[in-house]
Amino acid sequence: MISKLQNLEKLINSELSSKIQSSSINNGELLIGINEKDLIDVVQFLKLNENCKFKQLIDIAGVDYPENDKRFELIYLFLSHENNTRIKLLIKFEINQIINSITKIFPSANWMEREVFDMYGVKFKNHPDLRRILTDYGFKGHPLRKDFPLTGFNEVRYSEKEKKVIYEPVKLEQNYRNFDFESPWEGTNYIKEVKNLGKDDKKN
Amino acid sequence: MTKKTKSLSLNFGPQHPAAHGVLRLILELDGEVVEKADPHIGLLHRGTEKLIEQKTYTQALPYFDRLDYVAPMNQEHAFALAAEKLLNVEVPIRAKYIRVIFCEIGRILSHILNVTTQALDVGALTPSLWGFEERETLMTFYERASGSRLHANYFRTGGVHKDIPLKLIEDIEKFCRSFPKIIDDLEGLLTDNRIFKQRNVEIGIVSKQEALDHSFSGVMLRGSGVPWDLRRSQPYEVYKDLDFKIPIGKNGDCYDRYLCRIEEMRESVKIILQCINKLPKGPVKSIDNKISPPNRDEIKESMEALIHHFKLFTEGYRVPKGNVYTAVEAPKGEFGVYLISDGSSKPYRCKIRAPGFSHLQAMDYLIRGHMLADVPAVLGSLDIVFGEVDR
Repeated sequence: MISKLQNLEKLINSELSSKIQSSSINNGELLIGINEKDLIDVVQFLKLNENCKFKQLIDIAGVDYPENDKRFELIYLFLSHENNTRIKLLIKFEINQIINSITKIFPSANWMEREVFDMYGVKFKNHPDLRRILTDYGFKGHPLRKDFPLTGFNEVRYSEKEKKVIYEPVKLEQNYRNFDFESPWEGTNYIKEVKNLGKDDKKN
Repeated sequence: MTKKTKSLSLNFGPQHPAAHGVLRLILELDGEVVEKADPHIGLLHRGTEKLIEQKTYTQALPYFDRLDYVAPMNQEHAFALAAEKLLNVEVPIRAKYIRVIFCEIGRILSHILNVTTQALDVGALTPSLWGFEERETLMTFYERASGSRLHANYFRTGGVHKDIPLKLIEDIEKFCRSFPKIIDDLEGLLTDNRIFKQRNVEIGIVSKQEALDHSFSGVMLRGSGVPWDLRRSQPYEVYKDLDFKIPIGKNGDCYDRYLCRIEEMRESVKIILQCINKLPKGPVKSIDNKISPPNRDEIKESMEALIHHFKLFTEGYRVPKGNVYTAVEAPKGEFGVYLISDGSSKPYRCKIRAPGFSHLQAMDYLIRGHMLADVPAVLGSLDIVFGEVDR
């Protein structure tokens, strides 16, 4: 299984050498990082190449790293039935960048891209129907961004006065409590830091 | 002289018994022929993925019961496997067998619901009355193992929550002996039923190529003749050691998918019986105290156990940095979890890949050119549950 992935990694690296930014095998899974401009070419290659045959798009997952310059990541998961392998394709890009849609190559990307658009506000070029999909009609904001509050902004209730369902800003009886249970003792590298400090002191 | 016709748009749902939940379908009709279908989903969106980011791994698990709520443990399984892959924990062999037993019970639960409600949509009432009685029995098995009928919260990273009592295993075995008879009865009502066949044969045909292009999985893929089952091709747990067949359809229509589901139930029964025969003795969760909580009586006596208990239920366990995708063959297809950990005790990102999402997406393509009355039949055979589509 692992050797199969290694061969695949070698193949992709040699065939697409200029387009591959990173590639790694972790936990028995192959992850290929590419430039977002090459997306269409690489996906086309993965689908059509004789030795790849990734004929099925499994999912597109967005990830938000607010502290990074290239804030968003998209991970495309592909599956090849013929070779019984999976591959993950990773692109990183900035907040206002527009990504090429792969709906032409994989029709099923349609809703997946709509979901990414809905959840992260990522725009796709040449997408046939880029609307919100999971959130409410007229929803504002992109809920899976890390700066979107868990409680949201609006809540709905039925108003007896107006005889209809109305939207109101969220009012909480008690603030949302997110306890920080993270242990200050485990997993931190205090000792390392102390050592470094010590060295610095000597130098000074 | 040509007569100008205007297409009629019809709003189907969101509260419609044949929509299997909350689906709003905007149909454009030319007479009785559907020209276009635009499914509006998200009416059951609860932000599961966002919520999971705020919870520890143990707390995140129950959310998976609420996705595909007719086969809860299959979903939990995918998440448990993802966390285990990142943590690199060994699951005891007994736990693996118990997991497989309950996953197959989940498969039967889901298929009974789907087959009988599909029959209900096309006009047969009796199958659902017979089928739901069996579902009730199966749900009591869930209850006896986990404490609740539906939202089980039974699987844990590194095993399952509690061992199952001996009497329960006997009862499951008894059920497996009697259940094939019930499947025969259901088949007697449906398989050769003229009305059922008229409503399903050659309706919603999917070719092999289209099934692949539309990211179909599970029965939707096998119904079109693609021999692909994750239990066989990428085996997890103990499926490698079990003997079972994978039923495949020929024509890729609603009727073939129905037949596949019926056969899969028979195979599931066989799998459960094999598991019961092979069920070894031993622990049911990882013996690593940093991951699985100690027993109650241990806490009373051991200081260390008390500390572990406290740490596990406040901070939780930390999962090493990394990202993994794990998929299981859920009753509806490939259910996957793409998990990113930043090394803390809460997932950084948890993308849930629900099979129903891609299946429902193909609704427009499946229903074009069919009659309005075929909409519930196709929808029924897609096996949609909105808990997982909307997430």
